[in-house]
This record gives sequence, C-alpha cells and structure tokens, in this order.
Amino acid sequence: MIEIIQNNWLLFLVGQYPHGPIGGLTMTMFMATVSLALCFPFAIALALARLSSHRWLRLPATAIVHTVRGLPLIMFIFWAYFFSPLVIGRAVGGVETLIIALVVYEAAYLSEIIRAGIEGLPKGQTEAATALGLGYWPTTLKIVLPQALHNMLPSMVSQFVSTIKETSLGYVISAHELTFAAAQVNNVLLTQPFEVYGILALTYFALCFALTSLARFIERRISTSRGGTPGVAVLA
Amino acid sequence: MGYVFDLGSVLSGQYLNWFLIGIATTFALTLVAWCLAMAMGITLTLIRMIPFRPLEWFVALYVEYHRNVPLLVQIFVWYFGVPSLLPRVARQWINAHHGEFLLAAIALGLAAAAYVAEDIRSGIRSIPRAQYEASRSIGFGYLGTMGYVVLPQALRIAVPPLINQTLLLFKNTSLAMAIGVGELTYRTREVESYTFKTFEAFAVATAIYLTVSFAIMALGSYSGRRLKLETR
Repeated sequence: MIEIIQNNWLLFLVGQYPHGPIGGLTMTMFMATVSLALCFPFAIALALARLSSHRWLRLPATAIVHTVRGLPLIMFIFWAYFFSPLVIGRAVGGVETLIIALVVYEAAYLSEIIRAGIEGLPKGQTEAATALGLGYWPTTLKIVLPQALHNMLPSMVSQFVSTIKETSLGYVISAHELTFAAAQVNNVLLTQPFEVYGILALTYFALCFALTSLARFIERRISTSRGGTPGVAVLA
Repeated sequence: MGYVFDLGSVLSGQYLNWFLIGIATTFALTLVAWCLAMAMGITLTLIRMIPFRPLEWFVALYVEYHRNVPLLVQIFVWYFGVPSLLPRVARQWINAHHGEFLLAAIALGLAAAAYVAEDIRSGIRSIPRAQYEASRSIGFGYLGTMGYVVLPQALRIAVPPLINQTLLLFKNTSLAMAIGVGELTYRTREVESYTFKTFEAFAVATAIYLTVSFAIMALGSYSGRRLKLETR
C-alpha cells in the first residue's frame, strides 16, 4: 500500500499535470469550491422566492426545489453532458459539464439550508426592522441574511463536504478528478484494486472528516456565542 | 434544427423492454439495499446501546466512514476491491451470479445503514429524560422502559426521516450504473446509444425518477402529519 502511494501520489494529487490536464485532488477541490460559489446567488434567490408572499415567485421556486430533490445527480450530469454543448454552441469539457450539473443540483439543496436559516431567526428581527421603517430589501440584506448566513455556517461546510463527495461522479463522464485518477492508477496496476480504492476512500475520508469536524466546531462556537447551551442533552 | 420530439421511438419494442427491465432492476436494488440498511441500522443502534467503549467507537467509525466517503467510491471498494480479497471459488461464484448487482446492493445498503442508525438514534434522543425516570419509578426495568415507553415513541419520530432515507437510497441506486448494473440510468444510456434519441431517452428516465420520488416524498409528508406526537 505504501508503495502504491510512493509511486502514484502525484497522480492522486494533480492528475497527469504537467503532461496532461490537471486532475486528482486539486481538481476535486477546485470543482467543489467553484460550483458551491457559483450556486450561492441562485440558492439565495431560490430561498427568498420560496419565502416570498407572491404566489408567482413561491410556487415556481418550490417546484424547482422539489424537482431537483426528486432526481439523482447523475441525471443532471447526463442532461448537462448532452445538452450544454447544444446550448453553448461548442464542445464542453468534463469539468465544465460537472460544474454546470453541480451548480443546478446544489443550488436547490443550499436554498433549503438558507431557507431554514431565515425561518430560524426570531420574528422580532423583521418586525423591529419594519418598525424602524426599513423596506423589504434593506431588511433582507442588512438584517435577515447576515444573521441567517452566520447561523448557517456549519450547514454550509457540510454542504461543501457533500459537494466534494459528489464531484466523484465526474468519473462517469471522465472528468479528471480524484476518483478518475484512482481508476487510472488501478488500470495500470491491475492487481491491487483493494489497495488503490482503499487509498482513495481514505483520502476522501481524511478530507471530509476534517471538514465535518470543523463544521461541528463552528456549530458549538455559534451556539455558545448566542447564549444557548452547546448541543442537546445527551441521553441514549 | 428540425429536431422532432418522438417519444414513441424510445417507448416501443425492445427499447420499451429495456426501460421496463431497468425500472425493475432499480426497484429490486432499492428493495434489497433497503432491507439490508434497516437490518444493519437497527443492529448498529442496538450495539451502540451497549455501554462498552470500543463498541461505541466501532459504530462511530462505521457511521463516519460511510458519511465521509463518496458513495461511488464505496461502491468501487466493494465491486473492485473486496472480491480480490476473497478466495478464488468465491470470486467465480460472484462472477457467475450477477455479482455487480449483489455488491452494489451491499454497498448501498451498508452506506444507508449509517444514516438509518443516526435517524433512529435521534429519535431515541428526542424522548425527554423524564420519560425514562417516570417509567423506572413506576417499576419498569431497562427493557420494559425501552420496549413500552421509549421505542414506540422514538420509532414514530424516526419514520419521516427514514422515508427520506428511502428516497435518497432510491436515487442513489443510479450510481450502480458505474459498475454495470443494468438499472434505469444504465438502460437509458443503452437506449440512447442505440437510437440516438438522447432527449427522449433521458426525458423518459427523468419522468420515471420524478414520479417515484414524488410518491415517496408524498408518503413522507403524509406520515409526518399522521404520526406527529400529540402531547397532552
């Protein structure tokens, strides 16, 4: 196992770069970061639309979120794979395809997190803002969103972990990322699949577990800074 | 572009047949993995109740592994990795008996079990401590408290999240296409590459996934309303 790591760590880390496209862990992190950043504005818009008092904003947003939640990510990847070249009008690479699919998919899930964050704020906040004479947009931008997003920080880190895990589906459309790199290593070695995929699983585990622990740490910090008791009383 | 949307061409003859086989395989995979997930999830919950540290660590490690490693990678570990550790006879048996279906079901089921165990645990945790105390003080033992007081309420609370897990499991079966299990996504790609009717093929698959998912979601929200605990 050590030998496999010694011989292939560079491939796991950056793919075939500099002799080919960047891949491996670097590309995995890049795709996860970019798709989460790109989906952020859409997620906020969807969350606000779902909480809107206008029917014609609320209903379509609700329909979009439910539709996305009802489909496997792989369906979005294939839709993006076949149709983004038609829409954009040129060949689209695996990485771009995956980012497009992830942005659509993650936006729906992230919007649910943001919506929960907004709904979790005490009603007094918006009422006080209205009483001070602030309109919808100043209230939302200056009072509601900053607090909601701060409270939602742990869930966002969890969402980042989900996104990292979901980039592994890039393998299906041959986007160069970590899982793809491991498959390449496995195809060269042929005889040690358990070791190769074990290393792959451990790599993801180390990365995602660190981030999950970070999310828990932030969650405790936020709940103590808000004066609440950290965590729930533990029973079973 | 002059493209004619023609659903009939992918919904007739052998292509319709492929879709039907795909749906059947997806359902079979969901069912087998679901049973495994429930059995394993309940087992993990029971193990966690034993007050013995190493066992608690084992369950914690199990849950963290399955939550922090991509499901596709878990499937690969089971499909490519595990058989290579088995004796030759077992490998031959797996190859001869649609091993990819079985191994995909194991990977999906064990991964879902981690979430099932967490859902049941949060159900148990949400029962207030006073309930245990009251139950013990009127003379129930540990098992009586669990069996008559805690679990009936805890499982009720856990039903809606468990239905949500079923939805995730159903959607996740699509990943099995990566190791060649002939489920819906795999068959859709097959139809697509034979007919070149990309749009139609994926429209059919999308419609099927959505229909089943919406049914599960509806069941989830119904059970959420129906099983809500009335506290007096």
